[in-house]
Amino acid sequence: MTEVTFKIFRYKPGVIDPPRYDTFKIEVDEQMSVLDVLEKLRINDETLTYRHSCHHGSCGTCGMLVNGKEVLACVANVLALGTTEVTVEPLRNAPLVSDLVVSMEPFFNKYAPVEMPLIRQSEYLPEGKPSEEVGSYTRYESCLECGLCLSACPVVATDPAYLGPAALAAAARVVQEPRGQDVPAILQMVDNAEGCWRCHSAMECSEVCPNDVDPGSMIMYLRQHLISDKLKHLF
Amino acid sequence: MGKPHVVIVGGGATGAALAHDLTLRGVRVTIVERGEVTSGTTGRHHGLLHSGARYAVKDQESAKECIQENMILRKIAPGTFELNNGLFVAITDEDMAYHDAFLAGLETCAIPYQEITTQEALQREPNLNPAVKAAVEVPDGTMDAMRLPLRFLATAQHNGAVIKTYTQVTKLLMKDKTVVGVRVRDHVTEKTYDIGADLVVNAAGAWSDKIAAMAGVHVPMQPSPGVLVAVYGRWNNMVLNRMHRSGDGDIILPQRTLSVIGTSSWVVKDPDQLEMKKEHIELMYKMGAMLVPAVKNAPMRAAWAAARPLIGSESGATTGRELSRTFKCFDHEDRDNVIGFVTITGGKATTARGMAEVTANVVVEKLGLDVACRTREVVLLPHTAYYRRGV
Ligand SMILES: Cc1cc2nc3c(=O)[nH]c(=O)nc-3n(C[C@H](O)[C@H](O)[C@H](O)COP(=O)(O)OP(=O)(O)OC[C@H]3O[C@@H](n4cnc5c(N)ncnc54)[C@H](O)[C@@H]3O)c2cc1C
Ligand code: SF4
Ligand code: SF4
Ligand code: FES
Repeated sequence: MTEVTFKIFRYKPGVIDPPRYDTFKIEVDEQMSVLDVLEKLRINDETLTYRHSCHHGSCGTCGMLVNGKEVLACVANVLALGTTEVTVEPLRNAPLVSDLVVSMEPFFNKYAPVEMPLIRQSEYLPEGKPSEEVGSYTRYESCLECGLCLSACPVVATDPAYLGPAALAAAARVVQEPRGQDVPAILQMVDNAEGCWRCHSAMECSEVCPNDVDPGSMIMYLRQHLISDKLKHLF
Repeated sequence: MGKPHVVIVGGGATGAALAHDLTLRGVRVTIVERGEVTSGTTGRHHGLLHSGARYAVKDQESAKECIQENMILRKIAPGTFELNNGLFVAITDEDMAYHDAFLAGLETCAIPYQEITTQEALQREPNLNPAVKAAVEVPDGTMDAMRLPLRFLATAQHNGAVIKTYTQVTKLLMKDKTVVGVRVRDHVTEKTYDIGADLVVNAAGAWSDKIAAMAGVHVPMQPSPGVLVAVYGRWNNMVLNRMHRSGDGDIILPQRTLSVIGTSSWVVKDPDQLEMKKEHIELMYKMGAMLVPAVKNAPMRAAWAAARPLIGSESGATTGRELSRTFKCFDHEDRDNVIGFVTITGGKATTARGMAEVTANVVVEKLGLDVACRTREVVLLPHTAYYRRGV
């Protein structure tokens, strides 16, 4: 057991307003995640609000800033952070709701219209032969809809009209594997000044993405696709 | 007269499916959930869309519910499941001794299956333990524990349900022997207020006895936690199960780019106090390696615990394995002479729709409505619609 000091951002509109930081000292073992700590603290303070659901980096709800960096709290091991003081704050570039909770509505208003199917062909174990009835093995798309990439993106921070890395990465996935979706309509959605051409390619999004979606490279993929499409039309 | 108003306590799979059912039947619904939706047990479950095969010998009522709901969910929630089927494999001689009873159970419960050769099993799943002695394919699938309930919630919300998160029930409002609403604490505004209701449904899962106690009644809830371990790598594409009586670490479920090994089972009094049993992590690795030897060295993504809302026998359970996975709807008017109050609990995430149908039948009758259930046919909105209230 190691004693760690947690500095937690607190905000309740009209109640804890302006926000403040609450400090807690807590004993953690080598297994505990930041989410485990929040769950422990909530037993004594039911007013502490944060989003969580799956506890294994799969649902994408528990994104927050831990020591200033975008992470999923449920897979952020406390001792691996290597600091005896840990600061926990809500994600950036999203409307603040309460404490560590931000609204995901703007995220989904950009992401959902892409209509990326949730299920994709599985690239794992290609040597495995499924039964005739199954046809080919499928899996979930990698994007967890966590919003970490939007929090880290400097363009999203200054330009609310920018489509943003998650929606663009989803669009790229539809282009790669259309599954019956309308590819020309998707390309039109991203081929403009607030779409894939707005990105500065600094790759902050890919750095924080917890599930290797690599939105920065997916945006490059879209650009290359659009350029080669245009070249084809020239000749 | 306006529509009757029902308050549902708990925003897990059960509350979500019930809100959907009741709104379709013309009831005004408010869900109150103390945290984020699915932040109780639901979000943390293993992710198995049960075919029922796991319960085909010991718990046939539950097995039949599972296969029926499995088939309905495929229709009403298309695009939500990894439908790669499941494989039950015998690894040891003890497993083999279960084989005949297992097939007989599948027959009795009308669960479609296909016995395949061990050679074929290894072709389907190259990482499977080569010691495999027998293999049976069943229509298991995998789901995302949060996104299926979100589809129920999104559709209910679209049909007028109000979903209040970070809103904790602190008291049931009683008029003599009748429940007339709930008192809640809003953890965002830090305000306490009352919500009136024609009827209150307790869908608080492992917490349902705590809510029942607020009406002075008791439900035999036996919170039974289990540990799950997610490891990096998708080591199998089908759900792999040991062909034996449900035990520890006998399922490996592929999910996205991970594999999830589960689970163990014990019992607790308070579902908020789930100490993580470290030796259970080792047990998951050890037992998981019986199915897929390679998971032994797979790095861990996370280990966590969640509490099953099992309905206890009054005599008391020790591991939770002996308790049925079926559900129960308690009509507290019949049972305890408390009017306007119903509890729905037990069951599985897979059977939430069916649980909701049974409960909604009881609820609408009490409200004097005569409207049939439509949730077997209505296709659910995408989960993303839940977040887009303004659209
Ligand atoms: C380890 C494990 C693995 C499982 N695996 C599977 C599986 O693979 N497939 C499957 O189909 N099922 C599985 N299950 C079972 C399944 O998870 C549960 O049966 C189901 O999720 C229960 O849903 P529920 O809505 O009844 O309960 P919950 O999801 O717990 O919902 C109850 C809600 O009530 C809320 N609440 C409590 N008190 C209050 C209050 N005072 N005011 C307001 N709200 C309150 C809680 O926050 C909670 O969100 C598993 C369970 C466990 C534990
Ligand atoms: S690469 Fe583009 S999308 Fe990603 S963070 Fe940078 S500007 Fe934003
Ligand atoms: S692209 Fe990555 S960081 Fe962005 S929402 Fe999806 S999973 Fe999260
Ligand atoms: S709780 Fe689901 S990703 Fe962290």
